[in-house]
This record gives sequence, C-alpha cells and structure tokens, in this order.
Amino acid sequence: MPVKAAAQIVVVGGGPAGLAAAASAAECGKRVLLLDENPLPGGQIWRAKNGTITAEAEGWRQRAQAAGVEWRGGRQAVAAATGQLWLEHAGGVEVAAWEELILATGARELLLPFPGWTLPNCCGAGGLQALVKAGLEIRDKRVLVAGSGPLLMAVAAFLRQQGARVLLIAEQAPAGQVAAAALHLPPAKLRQAWQLRRATRGVPFLAGCWVEAAEGRQQLERVRLRRGVRRWSLECDYLACGFGLTPNSELGQLLGCALTAEAGIAVNRWQQTSVEHIWCAGEAAGIAGVEAAWRSGEIAGYAAAGRQERTAPLLARRDREQQSSQRLLRRLAPRAELRALAQDTTWLCRCEDVTVGEARPYANWREAKLQTRCGMGACQGRICGAAARFLWGWQINAARPPILPARVGTLAQAAPAPSISTEVTV
Amino acid sequence: MPNSPVWDIAIIGAGIVGCACAAAAAAAGLRTAVIESQTPGGGTTAAGMGHIVVMDDSPAQFALTRYSQLLWQEWAPELPQGVEYSRCGTLWLARDETELRLAVAKQQAYRSQGVPAEMLDAGALAAAEPKLRPGLAGAMLAAEDAVLYPPAAAKFFLDRARAQGACLIQGECAALAEGGIKLRDGRRVAAGEIVLAAGAQSTGFMPGLPIAPRKGHLLITDRYPGWLHHQVVELGYLRSAHSLAEDSVACNLQPRLSGQILIGSSRQYGATSAAVEPGMLARMLQRAMDYMPELAQLSSIRAWTGFRAATPDKLPLIGAAEGHPHVWLATGHEGLGITTAPATAALLLAQMTGTPAAIPAAPYLPDRQPETGEAHA
Repeated sequence: MPVKAAAQIVVVGGGPAGLAAAASAAECGKRVLLLDENPLPGGQIWRAKNGTITAEAEGWRQRAQAAGVEWRGGRQAVAAATGQLWLEHAGGVEVAAWEELILATGARELLLPFPGWTLPNCCGAGGLQALVKAGLEIRDKRVLVAGSGPLLMAVAAFLRQQGARVLLIAEQAPAGQVAAAALHLPPAKLRQAWQLRRATRGVPFLAGCWVEAAEGRQQLERVRLRRGVRRWSLECDYLACGFGLTPNSELGQLLGCALTAEAGIAVNRWQQTSVEHIWCAGEAAGIAGVEAAWRSGEIAGYAAAGRQERTAPLLARRDREQQSSQRLLRRLAPRAELRALAQDTTWLCRCEDVTVGEARPYANWREAKLQTRCGMGACQGRICGAAARFLWGWQINAARPPILPARVGTLAQAAPAPSISTEVTV
Repeated sequence: MPNSPVWDIAIIGAGIVGCACAAAAAAAGLRTAVIESQTPGGGTTAAGMGHIVVMDDSPAQFALTRYSQLLWQEWAPELPQGVEYSRCGTLWLARDETELRLAVAKQQAYRSQGVPAEMLDAGALAAAEPKLRPGLAGAMLAAEDAVLYPPAAAKFFLDRARAQGACLIQGECAALAEGGIKLRDGRRVAAGEIVLAAGAQSTGFMPGLPIAPRKGHLLITDRYPGWLHHQVVELGYLRSAHSLAEDSVACNLQPRLSGQILIGSSRQYGATSAAVEPGMLARMLQRAMDYMPELAQLSSIRAWTGFRAATPDKLPLIGAAEGHPHVWLATGHEGLGITTAPATAALLLAQMTGTPAAIPAAPYLPDRQPETGEAHA
C-alpha cells in the first residue's frame, strides 16, 4: 500500500507562487503540504544550484516553515482525482489527500522548431541554465542566447557569470518593440533590466534577430542567423534558444479545470478555478512574471484558507503586475517568419521521430497524433504540442493520467488490491 | 440540395468497421459515402488494442474471427508500414492444472477447425516469455494471431475506398430519413442504402438495438524493445469478456512494434464517463503485474478508455435492420471490431449484393434468435 499523506490544503509546486500560497494558507492556521518535483524549493526561476537553495527561495522557505508548512520535495504528481493526488518519488508512491488543492505548477519554455533544433547542444534558454545549475561545465564555451523575452538577458548574465563566452543575445522582436517594452517597464523592472545589461556588458544584443537554422554533424557547430535582409553564420558550442513560457496546465486539465485561450488554467480574481476546491496561482494560470506569481500565490493561499478578506490589499498589485507583463509579452510576440522556418524534414516530435512534413497534412492535433504518433512519446506532447499550436493553431487538449511518465507500479496502487480469487467473475 | 449526388451506400461511422465496409463497397463498384463527425478511426477504433485474435466464446464467434483473421492475412502484404502489422501470436496463459486442461481443450477445438495451435509446458512458456512469473502451468500458443495499430488500419481502408471513388463526408448525423440521412447542420445525404456502423453510438440512431456501451481501460509504456514477444492473455480473459454484468479485469499484454507494451484489459457496464478511473486502472495493472511482476518498474506514459459496443450474445449485428427498409447494420462488435472488420465488410456486402458469402451469415443477422450463451470452450 502506498504511503498516505493528508492535509487541509495541498500545494503542488514549490516555486514563488507555491511557496507564497503555502505560507499564506498556513499562516491562517491550515495544515498545509507543499510538494515539488525538485528536492529543494525555488521552482524554475529560483532553482537551487548544485544542491544549494537560492537566497530568494530561502526567504520564502523560512516564512513557510515558520507557519508550519510541511515540505515534501522530490515528488512528482502523476495522477489525480477529486480529493486525491498520486505522487511518485525515487523510493515509491504516496497518495496525498486534500480538501483544497492549489496548483502552482508553473510554466515551461516554449521551444519552436527550426532546422537543426534537435541537434545535441541546442537547448532552451532556461533549459541550458538548468543544465549548468545541475553541473554542466560551461566555462569558456561559446554560447549564443536567442529567442525572445526577458529570460534571455537573465540567462546570458547567468551563463557569463559561470564563465561562458556569450557571443550574442538575439531577440526576435523588432528593435522598436523592444525599446517600447523597455520604456514601459515599471521602475523596479527597469532597474533589474539595467543590472542584467551591466552583467552582460560587452555582449552584443541584437533585436529583430533570430536563428534560422542550427548546423553540425554530430552536434551543434554553427548557427545561421537572420536580421532583416542580412543572413550570417556564427560558430558556437551551445545554443540557448527559448521563446518565452507556456503554462503547465496538465494537472488542472486532468482535474477538469477550464483553460484560457492562452492555454493557462482559467481563474477568477481569487485564483479559484472552474472546479470547486481547486485554485491556481502563478504562471500555470497565465504568464505574468515572478512578482505576479508570488502575489497570486498569497491570494490563492488566503482564499483557499477561507480568509478572502486578507486578499483585499493584494489584488490591485497583482493586477498591475499582470497587466504590465501582458503588455510586455504582446510587444515581444513571435514574428510570423518563425512559422516558416520549419521545413518538411525538420523534427516536430523528437520522442516519436515525427517530422513537420509528416504532421502538417492533418486537420488537427488529434488526427495528427493518431496517424503519426506525434506527442505520444515520453514528453506527452509538452514540446511538440506547443510547437504545433504555434505553427498551425491547433488546439492541444485532453490531459490523461499519468500526466508525467510514471512507473506502472505507481498507478497500480491507486486502490487497495482486491483479492485475486474474486478478480474475474465467471 | 438538388445537385447533391445520390449515393448507392452511405455509411454512418468511419471507425474500422465503417472504413472496411466502405472499402468493400467501393471495390464492388458502388458509389459510397462515409459520414463521420470526428476524426476517422478516432473513436473506439483508436482506443482498442489492435489484437487480431481467434476467439472461441461460441462456434459463431470462432468462425467469424478465424475467417477475418485469414482476410487480414490476405491484406497483410498491402498494409503500409504505419499499420505495424505483426504476426506475434497469442499465448493463452494457464495459471494452474485446471486452466491447463482448459487450454488443452482449447487447443483441440482450434485444431479441429484447422487453426494452428500448440501447447507450451511451464519450461517452454518461461523460455518464450522470460518476464512471466515462475509457477504458471503452461500456455496455448495461437501462432497466427497478430497485432496492428488500429487508427492506421482504419485509414488504410478509408484511403482504399477513396481511391476507388468513395467520399468522406465530415458531419454529424442527426437522424435517418426517408431516402437518406439528415445531418446536424441541415445537410441531407441522399442514399439508396444506409449502413449503420457507429459502434456504441448506434443506439442513438436506432434506440431499440441490443447494444450497450462497455467501457475499457488501456495503458501504454515507454519503449522496451525485446521485453515482450507475444500477445499474452490469461485464460480468465474469456470469462472476463463473457461476463454480462459485472466489472472485471484480465491480464492482456501486447508488444508493439515500437517496443512499447500495451497493458489491458478492463470491462465495465454502466460507466458513462470516458475519464480514466484510477481504481479500475489500478485493478487492471495489479492483474497484469500478477503475471509479470517486473511490469511494475516500467515507465508508463499514457492511459485511456474506450467504449465497446456490446451485444447480449457477444456477436455483432451484420445485415438488414429489422423494420427499417434500406438500412443495414454493421455494429455491436464488442472488443473484436479490429479483428472482425474485414469479415463484417465481406458478409455485409454479400448480403447487400445478393452474392454468396464464405461463411454462414445467419448467426450475425440482426433478427437472429438469441442464443443461450453456454457454448464457450
């Protein structure tokens, strides 16, 4: 039998939103369980480096701990039903029972296909950062940071601090949009951007510039770049290329939560989803940045604990953050040329070896999946589904358990084992 | 719409049965339309295992499944790679001496009908499938059984039909009407004959049909090439499939050409939600792990459900619909639609065109007298 855990409020995800939600709910006197796939809190943005928690996450961790939050790291939520969550960890299975569930499952990078994007040493921007934090040696390596969004500058600064030779930061959005976005940043964000730019001093930043192809025999050797009518090649060891974030909404989908047009989990002003007793905070409900994430986490924590009145001073700040992020993201929207990069021979689904040309003729995601198996591999369409949505506007739907690969033995423990003799009815 | 064509045959449902019927009709020179509201091959067809299996729940079931298996063997050389047809054989597992006697009786029944079947003792079984737990009594190997990937097989039939002039009409059928079919969007499909091949949804068009949806779960693993070699089914599966009312599970494992392992099976009446039920899934997996304990360590990547169209006597309805002139049925295949689609198409077309069929059609006629259902091996 699996280990059982129970709490009045279970929070899935230990990033900014989850930490804030757990701490806030516990401060209202609720028994709170905080779960995350990583061993230490921080999520993606405050990801621990070489087993050491970051300073930002540590502040929240202390607040959560002081409020009595029970932390359980190294656990993946793989399946769920009303009132229950199945968690897998290295040593086995746990079932967590909940009365209120707060989803703070964050976001993942949006990767878009271009010729060569699956070559070894081509990564997402956040993806390369995570690899380096996990121990990948990047010192003196030549890195091109490309794609779109505020993450590029942060990743470039981090890689440089780790000793990488960052050759170029290529932002696909046009220079005018980037300048307008910067101009409209609130003062605190502007200061942050300026600090990041200082940390990347000497690295050229090109707006309106994007990767057309990655090339190499066994692994990445060079990247073909384009800016306006100009095209050129750049030799490099790593490409860190991401196009912003897309919400991790699978757990919410599995539980029947309605989604927004941007594929996030739909919530009301108290972060409540369309399903009773289920709440969502942070990027899983829509991409809006770290401050909106922890503010929405606090709101969800208080509201789920039944202390809605405590959210009053927080709502306006969260809304301002969200609006400012949305304005920024609109300015950095992926340009149309990116849709034309993928050739028929470009891989779409790397789990199942399906090319763009094989999937393109089908009418929708479901048909393409059935006939080509794209999205049916181990990543369950997390990467190719988002790419297909971008390329062809397909609706990507239907999360099914397990939402992440899980051992057969884990799913076999969802109910008590019936005795074998009564198993088959004669 | 005065200019819309009048089809010889309009088939409701582009699952594997409807697609096979369309291919047969088009090959017979009939002007054929298939009407489908969703993705062709995307319903129960896509949810199925794709096991081409001879089943002996009754003599009629045996005759239909064997005939259809031979038809699949004729198609085999023409099937595209994506159909993943693989003649891996079925191992019917006997857990003890009682079940072994059942297996021997089964073998004799197969052989008496000219179907290859051989007995494996405990040692030979362990050699054939090393991941099975020790202590099983033996197995019967049905070497001609095969597996395939059903959505691609349905598409193969549909593509064949279209290459011979058939047409896929995307739309939702609202009702059968005089001389054709009314679609939900107001269109009318005019046809001389109508074939209802809508599986578990057939009762939506003909409420009196003796068909009940029977929910099943499946789960697929990541790729483990060489882990499993045969379709492996416990003999208790027959009893599970035969049960009329109770929820049941049985160990039914399939090696995919991709190296993935498909784990089944469950049967439930009365379930209406398509959601995966953790409790039922768990029961099914426990049963599978009881035969292959190491399955517990494999990584699973997806679980799903489907609704079989079950009839009281476990036989499909193939032939003229009682009381509905010009309406024909090709439905009610329960868990054997993939296996018996080619035979269904052949039997139906023989009746519609008044030509002789390869096996007697009487046991599958919609107006047959109900059997008592005591006949399985």
